[in-house]
Amino acid sequence: MSDPLMDVEGLEVEFRTEDGVVKAVHGLSYGLRKGEILAVLGESGSGKTVHARAILRILDSPPAFVTGGEVSLDGTELFPLDEDEMVDIRGARIAMLFQDPHTALDPVYTVGGQMIELLRLRQGLSKREAKAEAIDLLKRVGIPSAEERLKAYPHQLSGGIAQRVMVAMAVALDPDVLLADEPTSSLDVTVQAQVLELLKSLVADSEMSMVLITHNLAVAVAMADRIAVMYAGQLVEIGPAREVYAKPAHPYTAALLRSIPDINVREERLPAIKGAPPNLLHLPAGCPFNPRCEYATEICLREMPPLESVGDEHASACWHWEEVVR
Amino acid sequence: MSDLKPDTTPIEPILGETIPTGRDLNLTLWGDVWRKLKRDKRFWISATMVTIFILMALVPALFFTKDPNACNIHDTALRPSREHWFGTDLLGCDYYTRVIYGARTSLQVGLIVSGVELALALFLGSASGFFGGWIDMLISRFADVWFSVPTILGSILVLTLFHGGGPVVIALVIALFAWPDMTRLVRAVVISGKQRGYTRAARTMGSSGRRILARHVLPNGIGPVLVFSAYVIGSSAGAEAGLTFLGVGLRLPAISWGLQLSVADTRFPELAYLMFFPSLFLCLLIGAWILLGESLRDAMDPKLFGSSGDV
Repeated sequence: MSDPLMDVEGLEVEFRTEDGVVKAVHGLSYGLRKGEILAVLGESGSGKTVHARAILRILDSPPAFVTGGEVSLDGTELFPLDEDEMVDIRGARIAMLFQDPHTALDPVYTVGGQMIELLRLRQGLSKREAKAEAIDLLKRVGIPSAEERLKAYPHQLSGGIAQRVMVAMAVALDPDVLLADEPTSSLDVTVQAQVLELLKSLVADSEMSMVLITHNLAVAVAMADRIAVMYAGQLVEIGPAREVYAKPAHPYTAALLRSIPDINVREERLPAIKGAPPNLLHLPAGCPFNPRCEYATEICLREMPPLESVGDEHASACWHWEEVVR
Repeated sequence: MSDLKPDTTPIEPILGETIPTGRDLNLTLWGDVWRKLKRDKRFWISATMVTIFILMALVPALFFTKDPNACNIHDTALRPSREHWFGTDLLGCDYYTRVIYGARTSLQVGLIVSGVELALALFLGSASGFFGGWIDMLISRFADVWFSVPTILGSILVLTLFHGGGPVVIALVIALFAWPDMTRLVRAVVISGKQRGYTRAARTMGSSGRRILARHVLPNGIGPVLVFSAYVIGSSAGAEAGLTFLGVGLRLPAISWGLQLSVADTRFPELAYLMFFPSLFLCLLIGAWILLGESLRDAMDPKLFGSSGDV
């Protein structure tokens, strides 16, 4: 395995709330390779968004604090950097894409105003150069009549166009890593596919790597080279997308796969994972998935399983992965 | 579960997607506010009144005034007539002219208080709201303590110590005791702006904290602060008149409604018109600014008009 471009090692994030300390991310480790799309899959509260904010160090502290672990980009450790150095990293080395483009664009400036400011500030372009570059970028993300759009205010854009503008701004500084946080969840279904396709082609055409944060397994399978599944703040399975899809090695992943309705089968009830998502304040002892797990045995109630290799580049944190695979 | 692949087959560029025509009015946030203001009667009434008062302050001659200091002691306390529209005061000065000239003092005090408070609030409120932590602790607690001193009482105390002063001094003294209000407002606005999506997005694109504050947080939150500034202009004009009336503010030969009221008080109700005219003008001035503030506030509040604000 070649040296990863971005290495997340034992990341720990906690929220200090009035009700107690919540471990939002617990011992998360993965390596992101150059040019790869890694999908981070998980439900609300699984820590997938928090981990991305922790990487960029834009958590709201308090209540959220990074309490352990390390993130390095191309060998540079990010956490020891001071805020000024981090400002240089953001956008230029690691960029982020948000769920709702309409809240991510500032309503008081035009699209052009925001893009041109970014380019002038970060690349030292003149106003004229920045404008030309902004038009180029909008064309690159497939926005027709780009020059017109520069004059538009965010609320005049449809969700799809607005998210394309955000994509253009995210790749404007040619980052090494794009953290895409549910980039299509707020969009129309028809537009979702277009934006995903755009992201995929941008990664393919450049050296950029992408961490695609999603709760949608189908999106993860279609887009990613590898999938990392998070549950209750922990990594429970990671592996090549095709393998995770064909041979899930964690009961949670397997249950997620089963809960996708099959259009060819008439079902009385849609299959769902039994039980409720975990309450992070009161996690069960042992494996956090044990209350909802059909394979759970005595050891699952006692001890968290380690992440074990279950195949080529495929790992799972389950005491009973052999049964699950079978 | 045979073929899970979602439909992400390449789709041609989105030529079909156009901006909805109904919204294609090139409306900015402020354009939207203006559109609502135009329909608001209160705005037109208050704006007209404010304009008239400003003209009164700048060029009183427009209002057919005489020389405010050309007083004839033989014409003392004349009732309103064709010659003297508002009558004359105890020194025989044309009362209409004196009342018109009073607008200058009131507006001057109002604007200075509002400006000083705004500057202080933008600085202190932003610092405490944006940086939080011990800076916030320090500024907020200090503001709270200061806030507990009533403005008028504090001003009376200070002005008594310094034996009054000109309009500028009085304005500064009022601002000295009234600033915590607006500072708290700015702090609240900044804290809420800090949590908006675009603020977070700007951070991920490498904007520094100060830049985010100046370019995103303040421009988005300045609306309510400006509205409050309009109230402050009205209320501090009232405060100046009050302080002067109580004898700790302006002294003769200054021309101020408060001073006129204080003189009128000695001959009330016998010469009621001396009380009536300055009171009327003072009420209209305060009312105009408050009404202006209210119409602005309603125009900027998306919840009241069901506009497409990001709330």
